[in-house]
Amino acid sequence: MSFRETILQNVRNNQPSYRELPAIPKFHSEQLLDLKEKFVEELKELSGEVVTEPPIDFEKFLRNRFPDAKAICSTVPEYAGNRKPEDITRWSDASSIDVTIVRSPLGVAETGSVLFSEEEFRVNTIGVFAHDIVILLDPAEIVENIHDAYGHPHFRDKAYSLLMSGPSGSADIAGTTVHPAQGVTTLTVIFWPMAAATKV
Amino acid sequence: MSTVDQAKNAAAFIDDKTHERHLDQLLWMLRTKRDDAARRVPEWEQLRDLASKIKEHTLSNLAHYLEMFESRAKANGVTVHWAQDAHEHNQIVYQILSDRKADSLVKSKSMLTEECDTRRFLENRGIQVTETDLGERIQQLDDESPSHIVGPAWHKTTQDVANLFARVYGSDKNKADPVYLAHVMREHTRPLIEQAKAGMTGANFAVAETGAVVTVTNEGNADLSANAPALRICSVGLEKIIPTNEHLAVFIRLLTRSATGMAITQYTSHFRAPRQNGEMHIILVDNGRSSRLGMEKFWPSLKCIRCAACMNTCPVYRRSGGLSYGSTYMGPIGIIMMPTFDIRRYSELPFSSTLNGSCTNVCPVKINIHEQIYAWREVMEEKHQFKLVKKEAMIVAGKVLSHPRLYRMAADSMETSLKVLPRFALYNHFNAWGRHRDIPQPAKETFHDWYKKYRSQAAGQEVSR
Repeated sequence: MSFRETILQNVRNNQPSYRELPAIPKFHSEQLLDLKEKFVEELKELSGEVVTEPPIDFEKFLRNRFPDAKAICSTVPEYAGNRKPEDITRWSDASSIDVTIVRSPLGVAETGSVLFSEEEFRVNTIGVFAHDIVILLDPAEIVENIHDAYGHPHFRDKAYSLLMSGPSGSADIAGTTVHPAQGVTTLTVIFWPMAAATKV
Repeated sequence: MSTVDQAKNAAAFIDDKTHERHLDQLLWMLRTKRDDAARRVPEWEQLRDLASKIKEHTLSNLAHYLEMFESRAKANGVTVHWAQDAHEHNQIVYQILSDRKADSLVKSKSMLTEECDTRRFLENRGIQVTETDLGERIQQLDDESPSHIVGPAWHKTTQDVANLFARVYGSDKNKADPVYLAHVMREHTRPLIEQAKAGMTGANFAVAETGAVVTVTNEGNADLSANAPALRICSVGLEKIIPTNEHLAVFIRLLTRSATGMAITQYTSHFRAPRQNGEMHIILVDNGRSSRLGMEKFWPSLKCIRCAACMNTCPVYRRSGGLSYGSTYMGPIGIIMMPTFDIRRYSELPFSSTLNGSCTNVCPVKINIHEQIYAWREVMEEKHQFKLVKKEAMIVAGKVLSHPRLYRMAADSMETSLKVLPRFALYNHFNAWGRHRDIPQPAKETFHDWYKKYRSQAAGQEVSR
């Protein structure tokens, strides 16, 4: 008998008597929540920042916010940048990116999270190796909670789905969260409605 | 191996007041934050109940879900391996690496690989292994095991880490500042991640419906380890399977809030298929789990989602530090898991508890931890794993507690002794309680005396009516 068969046979022999799978109710707040406000509040708890309107001059916004940034990798039509994910041959070379600009298809108010997959990143490491990340999010795409979020097709269809909730941090020294850890050092979300023309 | 004497190991930690106080305060802060986070979620208790039931359903139907997970993962292009024990697991990892001439591995924190002692196994065969979680890396550099399953180095003070980094990396030992130290770690570890030939992670959950493994980190190190190298290995304990994404949502809402009081970790990552031009292997590991599944009283420990809330709340763990348990899993959850690995070696652990039930109250998947601790004590007695001294003491206690008159005599003489005996006579070698704390002042009267008085008064009032 193979290891697989032996293990499965032991599991079958030993598993306890059948227990029912409970139904998961829809958990939604009874009060009408301002999802944008809740999102901002929760992301702030995890040291992320939210800009609530698209900057009039995005170029200037980036220059002010990241004065030393040279390599800007953009995957969005709103800003060209000077790098594309496809320029990266070895995935760990994404560590040379100063700022990644990417659009998220989903926000989660309960946790201040944004969703990504290989569809948005194209090269997954641009979202974790870059020094800083700027995320465009259509506020109409914010859902109330994690239950709602897991209804998104990315979690069924994509090779890699990431709920990102703030810049990388660590509380491993003395229990207080500090930034940065191994990933991005800052995370900024801009509420930026998707142009009707590009919204498919 | 000899029996772990947790109490003896803890004594050294307790003697060092700085570390004892540091750990106690840190973990109690986390416990408080967990309580605040739970209070902010109106359906918290409902979520705990659901989480418990989902886990119980899955474990009662585990073979079915394991097969479903395997077939979905394979369909996604993942190679699935099965390992009966730690050695088989380590052999599989080594084989994957050596077949591809991968001599450097970056890994994120995984208690399963600690359980299997994978790092040592690979290092002995010439593989360079780098832990990428800050706490785990600290412990690797200091050649120590993790002392806590969420914060492996939480028993260390910031100054301890500053001293360690000064010794290993040449950083400034006078800068005992977590921000500075996190920067030092980033500078030294990121190049190793960039150059690594393979990446390895554990899994917090494995979703049968999609074949995805899910990792939860604050640092993003699992995402770096899994995405940067084209070769990726993921080790999954059999009990990590849950049915669907709908169920995953329940656990994601509970896990981080229970662990640290945060609503979620910065990175909640779902790996369903290999990255572009990459290769992904999942190893499903038994290592005693299928046997535990058949233990009538102890199988519910397999529901554990490794949040460590039971450790943060436990007065014994908080004061004695995780290393004192001499085991991969420590604190209340460790006490009920470790004897299933080696009953003789961990026979003393079930006595490192006050049985106050706080662990059970905070457990997000409602494991009856304190009841299992008590049940393990019974097993130790049945299996003759009691130390002679403990056994004799229990026999005497059993006699005294089952004879009211004997008990009252003992209580009276103890009360008198506490009042009249000098300090040196009370705090002697045999007084384990008094080694690290003062004996409580005796009450003015015993409950029995108070009750006798009250009852006679009540009886008198009854008569005069």
